[in-house]
Amino acid sequence: MGFKRNPKLAVWKFASCDGCQLSLLDCEDELLDVVGAVDIAYFPEASREYVKGPYDVSLVEGSITTAHDIKRIKRIRKESKFLITIGACATSGGIQALKNYKNVEDFISIVYARPDYIDTLDTSTPIGDHIPVDFELRGCPINKMQLVEVISAFVFGRKPNVPHHSVCLECKLKGNPCVMVAHGTPCMGPITHAGCDALCTAYNRGCFGCYGPMETPNTSSLSRRWQEHLNVSSDDLVRAFRGFNTYAEAFRKESEAHDRPRQEV
Amino acid sequence: MVDTKTLVEKGSKTQEKKTPGAVGLLERGAFDQLFQVLQAQGYTIVGPTVREGVILYDELESPDELPIGWTDEQEAGTYRMQKREDEALFGYTVGPHSWKRFLFPPKHRLFRATRGKDGFDIEEDKYDGPNYAFLGVRACELQAMAIQDNVFLGGDHVDPHYRSRRESALIIAVNCGKAGQTCFCSSMGSGPKAGTGFDLALTELISKDGHAFLLEVGSKKGNKIFKKLPIEKAGKKEQKAADAVVAEAEAQMGRQLDTEGLKDLLYRNYQNPHWEEVAEKCLSCANCTMVCPTCFCSTVEEMTDLSGDHAERWRRWDSCFTMDFTYIHGGSVRQSTRARYRQWMTHKLATWFDQFGTSGCVGCGRCITWCPVGIDLTEEARALRASDQGELQTGMQAEA
Ligand code: SF4
Ligand code: SF4
Repeated sequence: MGFKRNPKLAVWKFASCDGCQLSLLDCEDELLDVVGAVDIAYFPEASREYVKGPYDVSLVEGSITTAHDIKRIKRIRKESKFLITIGACATSGGIQALKNYKNVEDFISIVYARPDYIDTLDTSTPIGDHIPVDFELRGCPINKMQLVEVISAFVFGRKPNVPHHSVCLECKLKGNPCVMVAHGTPCMGPITHAGCDALCTAYNRGCFGCYGPMETPNTSSLSRRWQEHLNVSSDDLVRAFRGFNTYAEAFRKESEAHDRPRQEV
Repeated sequence: MVDTKTLVEKGSKTQEKKTPGAVGLLERGAFDQLFQVLQAQGYTIVGPTVREGVILYDELESPDELPIGWTDEQEAGTYRMQKREDEALFGYTVGPHSWKRFLFPPKHRLFRATRGKDGFDIEEDKYDGPNYAFLGVRACELQAMAIQDNVFLGGDHVDPHYRSRRESALIIAVNCGKAGQTCFCSSMGSGPKAGTGFDLALTELISKDGHAFLLEVGSKKGNKIFKKLPIEKAGKKEQKAADAVVAEAEAQMGRQLDTEGLKDLLYRNYQNPHWEEVAEKCLSCANCTMVCPTCFCSTVEEMTDLSGDHAERWRRWDSCFTMDFTYIHGGSVRQSTRARYRQWMTHKLATWFDQFGTSGCVGCGRCITWCPVGIDLTEEARALRASDQGELQTGMQAEA
């Protein structure tokens, strides 16, 4: 065992929808085991209790969108022995990173009644851009079973079983027929990080890329196949890569490659 | 009963050795009885069925679940089901599944450990699943099973999990009457006719005179079933019709692979720039290895629960296309997709001979059809050969 006493766990939120933190509460069957194995020291979504740091492990949800966020994440890093980011927002900037492609001033004046109240950065960026991160757990939202796996691996001081290969492997293990080959449905699975247990494809939908790029994503080859064999337009390619993980480098670059002709106009 | 030891010894030369056995005719109207006899003998039947637009293998209760009147059209990276003009039960080629799903399951537990007074108590998992009757095994798939037998049962280390599943299984082969666009079993000497390694083999005969199956017995186990069926005598006419069925498949073979000197060719071409071209296209998604009926790689994962009192060890399919596959201290050995594709293809078509004495490819075409970007190993082999010959010629010209 890695610890003599139960490790102290804190859960932090930045720009996000709370869905990933809720996965922890969603662990109905495993929740008691989690509470038995770690002391939840700070988790506002679940309890008013607040035990001061330092913490053995911090789970961080959400992306960095304000100057205040940057200060706060630096403080959390100092207070945490081990820091794990959870979800697409924390690991790639999230869907809100769509603003990184545009001028933020333009939105603020349209969206908010009092734009002068808004103090935001031009970009939404992953936690790892600002501080060193010990482990990134992908997904939008994360898979609760993977979260339990990461927590138990941490408690026992072993490596988590969280593979970085494509979703295709999960499809094949499950026995799902390939939706791209058998139905001609564009699917992000071959370039997307596993973890969802091939959820959408099991219901005959193409993968949306919720877990971001897999370990060695060949995005341009997949795009070429979509264009040449599945009649996918450049606009649709841009949309496909500008999803929940739009600012993950491989997805961002691929979306920009197909966005270029329009920008020139 | 299929004696796995003899299967291993027979290796891959299934084409030359033909098991002599009783032959007879089973009318389509009496085909249901095959199911009844198998079920009465305690078998769980696994066979082809239609699901989500493909023909795959699953447990079957009745012949009505077979892909009656369906066939498939396949090309590199595409698969589509089509209606046939007849009511054939086995009028398709091979789909995304292979029998390895049942003999070497995608995920299974090896043991459980529970914390006891002094250390851990280990409880090994033993196979207690059904005895399977595999219905509709193609010639190339028989060959693939013989290859996996060699891997899991040959040599000093026998895999007990594979062995219990394999030994209890009954194999009912079907001779192909149609070959797909991505099939090349005749190049690999593995089909389209089932040679050996089956308990029973069927050839589906459909003509204006009727619909029946020519049955051939391949083992004692098969004979037991054969004797319980309402078999009619098969004459020269039926035998000829069955030969014609296989000849038609042979004539339709969509792909070819020139295996002449292929092993040395691959060994000579490790540094061929052509691998870089494949790597530009390859997604390293691992689909080819998952669908291949001979690919046998797996990884072993340890799980613990949060109490720390229970641990489990699981085995699951893995692929030489992942980074973890060659991960050692300091990083992955095969970092580039070029190295990974080269490793896979060279193993299938060359190093397998040195390791196991046979080819690792049976020409089923699955890796071609189910590659999302349609990479075709027969094409890659052709391109390498062309480039190799080009090199040789330039070399000779330079010498002259
Ligand atoms: S390498 Fe391809 S064609 Fe050969 S046996 Fe495997 S899947 Fe079939
Ligand atoms: S050859 Fe095709 S199926 Fe195999 S890893 Fe490459 S892209 Fe995937």
